[in-house]
Amino acid sequence: MANTDQEILTGLAEIVAEETGLDTADVVPEKSFTDDLDIDSLSMMTIVTHAEDKFGVRIPDEEVKNLATVGDAVNFIKSAQA
Amino acid sequence: MTSAREVVVTGLGATTPLGGDVTSTWEAALAGVSGAHTLDNDWAETYGIPVTFAATIKVDPAEVLSRPETKRMDPSAQYAIVATREAWADAGSPEVPGERLGAVVSSGIGGIQTILDSWDTMRERGARRMLPMTVPMLMPNSPSAYVSLELGARAGTHALVSACASGAEAVGYAVDMIRSGRADVVVAGGTEAAIHPMPLGGFAASRTLSLRNDDPERASRPYDVDRDGFVLGEGAAVLVLESAEHAAARGARVYAKIGGVGLSSDAYHITSPDPEGTGQVAAMRFAVEDAGVTTADVVHVNAHATSTKVGDLTETASIRRLFGADADHVQLSATKSMTGHLLGGAGAIESVFAVKAVAERLAPPTINVENPDPELQVPLVRDEPAKLPGGDIAAINNSFGFGGHNVALLIQNA
Repeated sequence: MANTDQEILTGLAEIVAEETGLDTADVVPEKSFTDDLDIDSLSMMTIVTHAEDKFGVRIPDEEVKNLATVGDAVNFIKSAQA
Repeated sequence: MTSAREVVVTGLGATTPLGGDVTSTWEAALAGVSGAHTLDNDWAETYGIPVTFAATIKVDPAEVLSRPETKRMDPSAQYAIVATREAWADAGSPEVPGERLGAVVSSGIGGIQTILDSWDTMRERGARRMLPMTVPMLMPNSPSAYVSLELGARAGTHALVSACASGAEAVGYAVDMIRSGRADVVVAGGTEAAIHPMPLGGFAASRTLSLRNDDPERASRPYDVDRDGFVLGEGAAVLVLESAEHAAARGARVYAKIGGVGLSSDAYHITSPDPEGTGQVAAMRFAVEDAGVTTADVVHVNAHATSTKVGDLTETASIRRLFGADADHVQLSATKSMTGHLLGGAGAIESVFAVKAVAERLAPPTINVENPDPELQVPLVRDEPAKLPGGDIAAINNSFGFGGHNVALLIQNA
């Protein structure tokens, strides 16, 4: 079942908060995972693993490097669910 | 008198089956409290494990660590971090350049819960569902590495593995680092988090665990005639060690000195101690000589004593062999009667106990000794703490591990 953009953002923010200790309110579409949220590659892959579980999608490794911002990830998940 | 080679203890930290810090653990130990209890799970029915109890940690690290910390670290590393934060604060958070600060934190088994949970995940859901942090969580040097990261320790980060002697060996190695001039301050200790059905089943298979399921609190009973094996425990303890010079320069409070380190190996059997106790005697003799004292100065021994038939008596025979008549004035304590056996954490928490005993001149009790083994060859502190004499005194903490590892640490008053 497809989620709305807002549902994906909320779910993703929960995953990021759980992994990093950041507040979910800080996880907004324009934020960069590396530059703004200070997420390293291992943490990013952990987030990807949990996101795949939560949203029932597959995020290939070669795609992860294209997910620069939270918004990129939301868009990718949405298109993968379509 | 102090010299640059002298090593002192300036901070203590612990999280154990008796308490979430050193103060609560020490108070419970002096009060003779057992940390063992029946496990609230179905492991016995599901797997046929013959043991239904253990000594689990008193304070869940989730209560004191952040959520990301508990997700990124195996419980063995979590316990080590809890103990490290307490010890570091207790030492007054010394100002020391990272290049002069070391971290030596051992685990006997490593990230066993992560290993087993990850294997379950892979078998049930495939490799892609495994978490990227799996390997850094399961590696046995993970606790030491996280301690190094926590404090910025760059003089060396080590994780010596010697089964149940690991925690004491870590302290001994840290002493060497300071003596040899490689570091001014070293955070040293041990940790273990192996209360999981597989290791419990494995120890049961080796027939070394107590089966006193109907009375867990009285199961760990070193030197009692009816002892029937050890009680699996978990937890961590960490000591901040420092060169006496460095401690004096910053006006640090000093609990005690670690005056001697004795190491030996049995090369006799993979699990049984050498019945002649040759290696145990050698380790204690090296520690005494290293400190430049004699057995007449040693008034307290924190025994390795796990509550097994053979091991407990081998140790007291070894003490008697080395000490001769001097063993008559030793106050022997077997604190595993209360904490259970913390495996890689045991030598560390027992070092903390020995340091506290020397600092407070009080030897902790050995509980559950209803009928002392007639072959016990050293005076045992039972039920109530025993006063240690004034003046210059020394204590020995013995730790022995599967594999024939013998470590004796000699602790002296400050």
